[in-house]
Amino acid sequence: MRRGLGIALALALSAAAVAMTLLSATLPHAQASAPAGDDQHLSPSEMAFSPDGRLLYVVCERSDQLLVLNAKEGVVLQRIRVGRTPRGVAISPDGRQVFVTNSWDDTVSVIDAAKIDSATETATRTIATGAEPYGVVVDHAGKTLYVANRISNDVSVIDIASGAECKRLMAGRGASYLAISADGTRVYCTHVYPRIGAQRTVPQSEVTVIDTAREAVVERIPLQGVAGMFHIALSSDGRMGVVAQMRPKNLVPLAHVEHGWVFGHSLTVFGADAGGTIEVPLDELEHYYSLQYGVAIAPDKSRILVTASGSDIVTVIDTKRLLAFAHSRQKPFVNDLSASANYVMARIAVGKNPRGVAMSPDGKRLYVANRMDDTLSVIDTTSNKSVGTIDLGGSKNISALRRGEQLFTTSRYAFQGQFSCANCHIDSTFDGLTWDLEPDGFGKDIVDNRLIEDLSGTEPFKWNGGNPSMAQECGPRTEMYFYRSQSYSPPELADLVEYIYSLPPRPNRFRLPDGQLTAAQERGKAIFYRTVNKFGKAIPEANQCGYCHSGPKHTSQKKFDVGTGKWTDRSPVFDTPQLVNIALTAPYLHDESAGSLEEIWTVFNPHDQHGATNDLTKDELNDLIEYLKTL
Amino acid sequence: MKLRIWIALLFATLPLAAVKPAAVANAADTVTTSMPRFRWENFTTANGLPDNHVFAVLVDGDRVWAGTENGLALLEAGKWKVFTPKDGLAHRAVLSLAIDKSTGDLWVGTMGGLNHISAGRIDTYTQLNSGLSNDVVYGVGVQGDFVWTATAAGASRLNTRTGEWSLYNERNTPMAEIWTYAVSTGADKVYYAVWGSGVLEYTIATGRWKDYTDPDGDNELVLFKDQGLIHKITSSVSYVDNTLWAATYFGDSRYDGRSWHNFLTKDSGLPSNFTNQVKGLDATRAWFCTDKGLAYYDGVNWAVYRPALDTGKPEMYVRDANGKITPVPVETAPAHNYMLGIDFQDDDVWVATGKGLSHGIRQK
Repeated sequence: MRRGLGIALALALSAAAVAMTLLSATLPHAQASAPAGDDQHLSPSEMAFSPDGRLLYVVCERSDQLLVLNAKEGVVLQRIRVGRTPRGVAISPDGRQVFVTNSWDDTVSVIDAAKIDSATETATRTIATGAEPYGVVVDHAGKTLYVANRISNDVSVIDIASGAECKRLMAGRGASYLAISADGTRVYCTHVYPRIGAQRTVPQSEVTVIDTAREAVVERIPLQGVAGMFHIALSSDGRMGVVAQMRPKNLVPLAHVEHGWVFGHSLTVFGADAGGTIEVPLDELEHYYSLQYGVAIAPDKSRILVTASGSDIVTVIDTKRLLAFAHSRQKPFVNDLSASANYVMARIAVGKNPRGVAMSPDGKRLYVANRMDDTLSVIDTTSNKSVGTIDLGGSKNISALRRGEQLFTTSRYAFQGQFSCANCHIDSTFDGLTWDLEPDGFGKDIVDNRLIEDLSGTEPFKWNGGNPSMAQECGPRTEMYFYRSQSYSPPELADLVEYIYSLPPRPNRFRLPDGQLTAAQERGKAIFYRTVNKFGKAIPEANQCGYCHSGPKHTSQKKFDVGTGKWTDRSPVFDTPQLVNIALTAPYLHDESAGSLEEIWTVFNPHDQHGATNDLTKDELNDLIEYLKTL
Repeated sequence: MKLRIWIALLFATLPLAAVKPAAVANAADTVTTSMPRFRWENFTTANGLPDNHVFAVLVDGDRVWAGTENGLALLEAGKWKVFTPKDGLAHRAVLSLAIDKSTGDLWVGTMGGLNHISAGRIDTYTQLNSGLSNDVVYGVGVQGDFVWTATAAGASRLNTRTGEWSLYNERNTPMAEIWTYAVSTGADKVYYAVWGSGVLEYTIATGRWKDYTDPDGDNELVLFKDQGLIHKITSSVSYVDNTLWAATYFGDSRYDGRSWHNFLTKDSGLPSNFTNQVKGLDATRAWFCTDKGLAYYDGVNWAVYRPALDTGKPEMYVRDANGKITPVPVETAPAHNYMLGIDFQDDDVWVATGKGLSHGIRQK
C-alpha cells in the first residue's frame, strides 16, 4: 500500500515536470521529475536493474545522486543523494540492497531498496573502501561486496553484514570495473592505466580474476598493447567474456593520424568460446569508434553491444560471425581496419558520451547512459534500433563548462573521428603513457602525458614550456598536431579551456583525515624546504626543492636543467611540473624514465642537479617521498 | 585391618616391581616410536630443481615453493616451474619466502630485492625503485597489511595499502648492528634476528622496540645459562604461541615472555650449536635446521634426521629426557645434513638443504 502510494506520488510529480522525449511508440510517453531547485547537470554514467527488472538504478556522477526509474514507464521515481562523485552501482541478489560507490569519499552508500518508494532520500549507511572506488559487484550469496579502487589499484573484499573490509586484492593499475560470472564463482576486474613497465615498451594490462570461494586472485589474463580498459561483460553460460578497451600506438611518432596509427578501439574476447584471448577491432577503414566503454552480452549470447563513448554510438556485434571470423584468422587481426565489417551488425546513434549500459533481464532492451546530455537511450536489441530516449531531468541550461566537457569527450574533431581529449586524459586525468609528438621531429622530445587537474597557475604548458596559455595548448597545437582535421571555433576553444581549468584536484589520500602530516611527512617537509645540507653547507637556490617547486601548486612556472635530459631531447631545459597529486602519476620525469618517485633521485640525480639529495640517507629520502605524496 | 591393607598393597605392587625393567624399556620404545618418522624424497637438479643450494622452502597448500641459488621453484601437481630474473625475479638467488594467508600472494626476498608474486604477476621492489632499505633481503614476513623485511641494512616495513616504507636501523631502534637476518611476525609482535645484535622485538600496539642480547656479552663462554639469549649472533627467530624461539650460531633459545631456556649440544639433543633456522610449532615444540642435521624437539625428547656425518648413510636417532640416545633404523635421509629451512605440509615436512630440497613423508 505504502509502496503503491509512493509510486503514485512519484508519477504525479513526474507528470508535472519535464517531459520525456520518446522516439518510438514502443515506449509509453513518460516524464521525469527534475529535482526541485536543482539546475545542475546529472552526468548519468552507470546503471543496474533490480532482479525483477522493474526498477532501473542510474548513477549520476555530477549530481551525486542515484536515480531510481520505473524501467517500463521510463519514469524517475526517486532521486537519492549519495556520496561525492558516484561511479558504480550493484544490487544484492534479493534486490533489497543497492550499493553505490562514492569515488571521492572512498565509501559505498548502502540503500535499502524497500524504502526507495517512501521518499527516504538518504543512504542507510556507508562502508569504507580503498581509494577512489569505481566498480562494485555483490556475490551470489549476497554476503560479500567486491569494489574496484582506482587509486589504490586493488579490489576491496567487504563483508556486507558488518561493513568490514576483510582484505584488499592487488589488481591492475587504475582498477575500475568488475563483473561477476553467472555461476558466481569468479569476479573479473579491469583497469584503466597500464602497468608501470620499462620505459618506451609495449603497454601491458590484465584482466584480474578473483575466486569468490577463496576471495583470492587466481589468474591474471595478460593483454599486450592494451592501455585503457573499461567495462567487462560475461556471457550467461560462462563461456565468453568481453572487455572494452583501447590500443594506444604511442611507440611511433604521432604523425600518422591519417593511417590510423594513434588509437585502435577494440574488444578483448576471452574464454572457452574464444579458445583463449582474441583482440577484435571495432574501427572501420575510414571511420573510428572511439573510447569503447560500456559492454553487454545478450542473454542468448547472440549479440555483443558496446558503447563508443567518444563517437555517440552503440555498436552491435554478431557473436557467431565474430567467433567464426576470429577462428578463421591465423594471426592477430586487431590492427586490421577491414575486419569489423565481418561481424558488426549495426551502429546505433545514441546521445552524447554514452557510457554504461544495462540490459533488461529479458534481453530485449539495452539502456545506455548518455553522460553528456543527461538522458538514457533505449535500444531494441531485436531490431537494433534506438526506440526511445529518457530525459532524466538534468539542466537544460548548457553552460560553457558543460559545452567544454562535451568537447573534451567527443572525437568528432579528430581526423575520421579517431580520438578525443579523453582518450589520453582518461576521465580527465592522464593515461600513464609517453608520446612522441611530431613537431619536434621523429624520435625527439618523447614526453610523459601529465595530469590535468588544478591547472590554473601552472602555465606555461608542455614539458618545454612552449605554450604560454591553455588556449594555445588546446587550440592550434591540437588542430595541427593531434586532430589534423577540424579546429575548434574561438567560442568552442574558450569553452574547452574553461572546462579544463575547472578540473579540481582529487582529494589527496595520503594526508591524515584532519589535514595534519605524519611524523615521516613532517620530516620530509623539512627536507623539501631545507636551505642547508646535512653538513651545514648552503644549498644553492636552484637546488632546493622548494625553490623550483614553489607556490600553491609547487611550481615556480620557470624552466630549469635538472640534469635529466636525454639524447632524444632537443633541450635539457624543462618546465617545472606542478606536484598536485604527484603520487598518482608514475612514471616520472619528462620522459617517464623514472619508474617511481625514488628513482628520480636514486638513479637520475647523480650530481644533485635535481635537488640536493645525495647527502640523504635512505630513511630521509623515504621521508621526502612521503611528504611529496601529500601535495 | 591396617595390616591387611599393607599386605594387600605389598602384593599388589609386587607385580609392578617385577616388570619395572621391562616398563622402562617400553618407555624408551614409546619415546622412539612417538617421535615422527619420515620417508625422505629428495629433489635436486636431477629431478627439476634449478639449483641444489636451497635457501628457503614454503608450503602453500598443495604447492611447494623453493628458493634456490639459481631461481625460485614451484612444485605443483608433481611438476616444477622455475622463475628467474627473465620472468621478473629481482635476483636469481632467493633467500626468503613468506605467504600472505589472506590474499594468497607470495613475498620473495632475494639477493637483489623483494618480489611480490600474485597469480603469476611479479612486482619488484629494490633499494633504487622503492623505499626498501637494501637489496639483500634475508628475511620476509607478512603481518596484516604490512610486509616486513630483514635486509643487510636494517629492517623495512611496507604498508601495502599506502605504499609507505618505514625503515628501522641503528638510528631509531636499539640495533647495534644493522645486519638483520630473519623476521617472524605475530598478531601482537614482530621479532628480528639481528646478526651480532641479538633479537629485536617490535610491539605492534605501541610501535616500540626492545632488544634482547646475550647477558654474557662478548664472552664466548656461557656464564649465565637460561639468563637470556644464548648468543648475539642470531640467525633465525620464530614467534608462535606467544613464545619466541631464537637460533644462533652458538646454540638456541626459547623465551616465553618471562623465562629463557637455552639449548646447547652438551645438554640437549641439538646435533650442532650452529643453527640456520628454528621454527616453533607451539610453545614447547620446535624444529631446528643445523649444519649437522635436522632436529625435532617435542618439549622433552629430541629426534635428529640426517645422512650420517661419517658414512653418509641414512640416520635417525632419538634422545630422551635422560639423555639416552636410541638409533632408529631408517632407509632414507634428507638430501644433506646442512639444513637451511623447513616448512610443514600437514604431517609432512619440507626441508631446504645445501644439496637439495627434501620432502619428509610422515610414516605412521
